[in-house]
Amino acid sequence: MSLDLKKISIGDLIVKHPFVKDFFENQLVPYQGYETKTIYEFFSVIDYEVIEENAINEDLFISGLIDYIDLMNSYFVKEKETEIKITIYPGYYKDGTMEKFEKLEFHKGEVISIVGPTGSGKSRLLADIEWAANMDTPTKRKVLINGRALEPHERFSASNKLVAQLSQNMNFVMDLSVIEFLDLHATSRMVEDKDVIIEKIFIKANELAGEVFSKDTPITELSGGQSRALMIADTAILSSSPIILIDEIENAGIDRKKALDLLVKEDKIVLMSTHDPILALMGDRRIVINNGGIEKIIEVTKEERSILSELEELDKKLMSYRNKLRYGKILKYEEEL
Amino acid sequence: MDMITFSGPPSSGKTSIIMKTIESFIRREIKVGVVKFDCLFTDDDLFYQKLNIPVRKGLSGSLCPDHYFVSNIEEVLDWGKEQNLDILITESAGLCNRCSPYINDVKAVCVIDNLSGINTPKKIGPMLKSADIVVVTKGDIVSQAEREVFTMKIESVNPKATILHVNGLNGQGAYELSTIVYDDKHHIDSLEGKKLRYPMPAAVCSYCLGETRIGKKHQMGNIRKIDLGEKL
Repeated sequence: MSLDLKKISIGDLIVKHPFVKDFFENQLVPYQGYETKTIYEFFSVIDYEVIEENAINEDLFISGLIDYIDLMNSYFVKEKETEIKITIYPGYYKDGTMEKFEKLEFHKGEVISIVGPTGSGKSRLLADIEWAANMDTPTKRKVLINGRALEPHERFSASNKLVAQLSQNMNFVMDLSVIEFLDLHATSRMVEDKDVIIEKIFIKANELAGEVFSKDTPITELSGGQSRALMIADTAILSSSPIILIDEIENAGIDRKKALDLLVKEDKIVLMSTHDPILALMGDRRIVINNGGIEKIIEVTKEERSILSELEELDKKLMSYRNKLRYGKILKYEEEL
Repeated sequence: MDMITFSGPPSSGKTSIIMKTIESFIRREIKVGVVKFDCLFTDDDLFYQKLNIPVRKGLSGSLCPDHYFVSNIEEVLDWGKEQNLDILITESAGLCNRCSPYINDVKAVCVIDNLSGINTPKKIGPMLKSADIVVVTKGDIVSQAEREVFTMKIESVNPKATILHVNGLNGQGAYELSTIVYDDKHHIDSLEGKKLRYPMPAAVCSYCLGETRIGKKHQMGNIRKIDLGEKL
């Protein structure tokens, strides 16, 4: 590292790496008023009581500061990898027999549904992908990213996280408005042209949601559909993870087809674990899991595609009944939809 | 025998995470035992017993649970060796954010949950700052964005730690945790001469010694006054 903490003043350091300010603040190190000093000079003049009060350890702080600068810089470098390919080599079923496929490849922009009874091993498959298993998980599967096994430090680094998750049970918990929330996320991701991206997410989220929401709505007050819409738009556009793992998307209050289209357009690999026939058929392929192993990989057939269209018609009808009842109408046979 | 200390705020999911990790150890035929430290009461030992592993609990009663931890840790280590364990896990009470019962050379895991609020990493202090591994729980019920923001906050407090997201309910991530906390070549045979990573909070005032009366004349020892600004 070219940075010499013995020479650079705290003020210059902050100008050079603005994120360092967060580090000082989150570590409760009161640097204000000492901007012209180096970090070593700061520790030599600062009142010992302040150090003790704020539970600061000088050595840990300085070595942590160097690590933090490296870590944050690594985020800048690695933005948007151009190509991403995931390859899975077979492992074993719960009973010890080997899985029957030769290898399985996923590319960006692909939607793969995962079906199978509860407890069949869907979560294990997703975890194998998430951790880039290297024959060291219970299934003994091997997962390659762009054709190579990841190094241990890559597998466990928070910044390299391969998988972003979206599930039915997820809620917003922060006391923030939609705009404050997007701003916080964009800031933490250190994106350039933050305002453009925030606007884009906001517009997309509203397109996906059945009911429109404003920028000032507290995120905890959004309806189920609106929350899901905001989560999907935000994850699609702002999350760095190349793989999005979806555990069901409820039918109400969100346009599921548009949601998947958005994720595909943002070059994500979408893995969708579901029991819903419409979602299962929306994928390009579906993986069938049983007894802990991958049993089959099925390409959606022509016939299935036409069945999907029928199901979507039924779904539309159901939704229109739902809306009519909501607005006080009375349902009738043979009515135009 | 290797040793790990688990720490973290109350209700962050320490026990669930340890249980899931132990299940992975058992499947890999690694012999594991647990000592749970708490203050007034704990039922956690009964949970651990269900896994048929050696368990002990230590209640600190009127003492600070982390001070109690340090004063007993050597005996606990000896107990673990007598039980012929491959790995000994200690779980702290996690009561005060200022404390951290971590020992140099003994792997330190801090468990913290996504629901605890965005400023929690900043509040926790040495318990988070000096941990080797940070386990983040309850990620299945908050949004991806909040998980990412929370992780960034942890990194800004402890950029050295390995951060892992583990689900305490279904165990997703626990297997991976079990592989990085246990090293069969790392042995802790004695704690003599080893040091805490960070000094524990100072105490010893009259209230530490059982004083109950309120008022200046009853306050002795290590006393500090709140700053409420100038008198009008």
